[in-house]
Amino acid sequence: METKLTPIIGMEVHIELSTKSKMFCGCSANHFSKIANTQVCPVCLGLPGALPFANREAIEDTIKFGLALGATINKFSKFDRKHYFYPDLPKSYQISQYDLPLCVGGMFEDKRITRVHLEEDTGKLVHETIDGVKSSLIDFNRSSVPLMEMVTEPDFHDAESIIRFLKEAQMIARYLGISNADMEKGSMRLEANISLSPFTVDSPQFTLPNYKVELKNINSFKFLEKAINAEIKRQEEALSKGEAIEPQTRGYDEVKQTTYLQRSKEDAKDYRYFPEPDLPPMRFTDEEIEKLRGSLPELPREKRERFMKDYQISKDYTEILVDDIDRSKYFEEAVKLGGRDSISPKTIADMMINKKLDVEFPEPAGLVRRIFEISTVEYASNDDVEKSVVSVLTENEKAVSDYKSGNGNVIGFLIGMVQKKLQGKGNAQLVREKLLERLQK
Amino acid sequence: MNTQLPLTIKDTKEGLLTKKFSAVELVDEYLARINKNKDLNAFLTISDDLAYAKAKSIDSNLENLPLSGVITAHKDLFLTKGVRTTASSKVLEDFVPEYSATAVTKMEKAGAIMIGKTNCDAWAHGASGENSDFGPTLNPWNKEYVPGGSSSGSATSVAAGLSLVATGTDTGGSIREPANFCGVVGFKPTYGVVSRYGVIAMASSLDTVGSFGHTVEDVEAIFNVTKGPDGFDSTVANYQPRATDHKLKIGIPEEYFIKGLDKEVEESVLEASKVFEKDGVELVPVSLPNTKYAIDVYYIVQPAEVSSNLGRYDGIRYGQGRETFGAEAKRRIMLGTYVLSAGYYDAFYLKAQKVRSLLIQDFDKVFEKVDAIISPVTSTPAFKLGEKAMDPLQMYLADIFTVSANLVGIPGLAVPSGFTKNNLPLGFQLMGPRFSEDTLFKLGKLYQKAVNYVPKTAI
Repeated sequence: METKLTPIIGMEVHIELSTKSKMFCGCSANHFSKIANTQVCPVCLGLPGALPFANREAIEDTIKFGLALGATINKFSKFDRKHYFYPDLPKSYQISQYDLPLCVGGMFEDKRITRVHLEEDTGKLVHETIDGVKSSLIDFNRSSVPLMEMVTEPDFHDAESIIRFLKEAQMIARYLGISNADMEKGSMRLEANISLSPFTVDSPQFTLPNYKVELKNINSFKFLEKAINAEIKRQEEALSKGEAIEPQTRGYDEVKQTTYLQRSKEDAKDYRYFPEPDLPPMRFTDEEIEKLRGSLPELPREKRERFMKDYQISKDYTEILVDDIDRSKYFEEAVKLGGRDSISPKTIADMMINKKLDVEFPEPAGLVRRIFEISTVEYASNDDVEKSVVSVLTENEKAVSDYKSGNGNVIGFLIGMVQKKLQGKGNAQLVREKLLERLQK
Repeated sequence: MNTQLPLTIKDTKEGLLTKKFSAVELVDEYLARINKNKDLNAFLTISDDLAYAKAKSIDSNLENLPLSGVITAHKDLFLTKGVRTTASSKVLEDFVPEYSATAVTKMEKAGAIMIGKTNCDAWAHGASGENSDFGPTLNPWNKEYVPGGSSSGSATSVAAGLSLVATGTDTGGSIREPANFCGVVGFKPTYGVVSRYGVIAMASSLDTVGSFGHTVEDVEAIFNVTKGPDGFDSTVANYQPRATDHKLKIGIPEEYFIKGLDKEVEESVLEASKVFEKDGVELVPVSLPNTKYAIDVYYIVQPAEVSSNLGRYDGIRYGQGRETFGAEAKRRIMLGTYVLSAGYYDAFYLKAQKVRSLLIQDFDKVFEKVDAIISPVTSTPAFKLGEKAMDPLQMYLADIFTVSANLVGIPGLAVPSGFTKNNLPLGFQLMGPRFSEDTLFKLGKLYQKAVNYVPKTAI
């Protein structure tokens, strides 16, 4: 049997927002590599009597992200409690959003977005051996840091397009300045829901498979790609043997390059969602939403189009520059400065990308100066300039006498003549100086 | 102290400012009374060191603050920095908070002296005070009777003169019912006017922070100190007080005068309404048709939120395991977990919230016609210790006249109105629309003036 199965994949992406304070209290949200439990208060420790107070910036950041993905903003939204027991969850519930997320729908990179919602992050378990005893410690610095979750429809069919999509989403978060979306630091976390269908999506018989496998805890694009491919292979093999696949959660073993079972459906949790009574529901007016839409910066897709059109640089160069918002800003600054010395955008892009001169010069002005120096090295020598000047003055007696009788304009003509002799290699400044020197004798 | 114990904030402040007595002498006197009446089991923790420190600072710098020298007891649900706070549950037996509740801090800043922490039904679950893990509190008027709950120790403390005022929480009647059983004034504010920050949560959408005192003026003074946003409780709304300068109307809801209502209670409430009428207040019969569903709604919404709020006492923190929860807490955790479970949520929790909206409409309609309503607080005066303890359902029904105010989010004021033949306190409650505190205080003061109310302690 040679039926090709179609992978049906949906994504869930968590992005930690880089707001100044946490989601529901005033503690600093910048928790990376801080001494454990130094950024905590009654609220994020879930102490008795503590109450959440929502961070407006995080709400606006999430709305901006939704708008950038073409989502619709729910004008009436609310938070809900999601209950489960785990030592890093101090209240025994996570404040999240259930049926009325901030953003719904949307289309991004030709994939349908289901929703974008806002919730709080959990603390972190640290496993250490202390005095010979294996111990689990809890660090609450991360507890209640704002966490945005984007869920897509199952519109993906291969790992490659998933990675492309995710990189673009990561870039959006960075362009909006709402998160560094750094996977190594855990500020961007990926989950894929994978199943296989015997039919292609455009076939009339197509329906979504009756199971899905959740692939979790993967912290790089590279491993995600491998994990997805490994999981597709595993499911293909199981289905080809006629085995049914149970809904389950799996992790990825980087050494064995296979996925492994983490949790089967029987352990599925009942989160007992209900509206968070400690937080009033959120209402947004059209004006507020439009104001946020108006505040969106130029996004990568628009920037690429503009770079190619305005600067006439190649698609490859554009991709590289736009991928990194800081590099694209550097480039534009350099183009502006270089314009005065007729240095082309292409030269600047070339120097940045091939010669990595932007690494050497953290300021665009430095790069431009350097480019200028490099190009002057090819100027004609002093002697050659001298010789050409002498012969041009000899050959153009009329112009010389015009100049001497007060017509300063002829200097431009004389410079042009000298450059002609030097085949354009004369340093304009030097040529001018030499000419004036002779003329004023 | 060589003068009579002052029983109002006004008398206390006057005595202090005219140096009839010092704040330290007040603390001496109250501590002596507390020690003499330990059998009432009103207090779980006495904060004498802090009280003396505060009293000394008041004496050395006499200031006319709203609560200067007011000896205050806090229900043990209010977090008090450095002073053990248990919620009357063994689960928190050794919990010493790192911070104080907003209400505690605000009262402290207004000059109040905290004398200790009062007993209550564990986690505020109960209507008799008998659910405390540290033993029941007794009614100071008759020690064979319950003081009501859940703010049992606070009501007893004020009634017995162990503190001048006390704080309480009211989730389904937990201030008004014990105030009524102990013959003191009890006040429950509009939901979202006094911050709940630092008060151990029972049911978050119903919990309110209020107080006990001998007079309406006193609970009003505490309300004025504790109200307003604190930047921690986001349900605290902009307070928009209602006008009170017109001819007031009081509604008498037919659904609150039902079969099974104790004769003496009924007569006392009707007598009180006559007092208002004589003072120029118009009485209007009104109807709140959905009242019959209030208890059902309450016992779905409340346990649901309780089960969520108690989840944090999971045995990892606070030093005690889950098995230390008492029977009532376990019952509510199970009830609440059940009604929130997948497949049951729509039938129970969601439906209850819909009926809650109907109740709100009931009250909205009535408040289009009247400024307040008058009703009994409970269907009987205080009952005997042990009388209902074995029957949780009977105990739940004790809340029948009080839960609506919590479900609807409106203020309620319980005012004493005399005694039964057996010398047990009687009283009535006034309820008004959201933010109608001033109306309730005005009516309450009007009543106490008309009947020439003189505060007295039970002991």
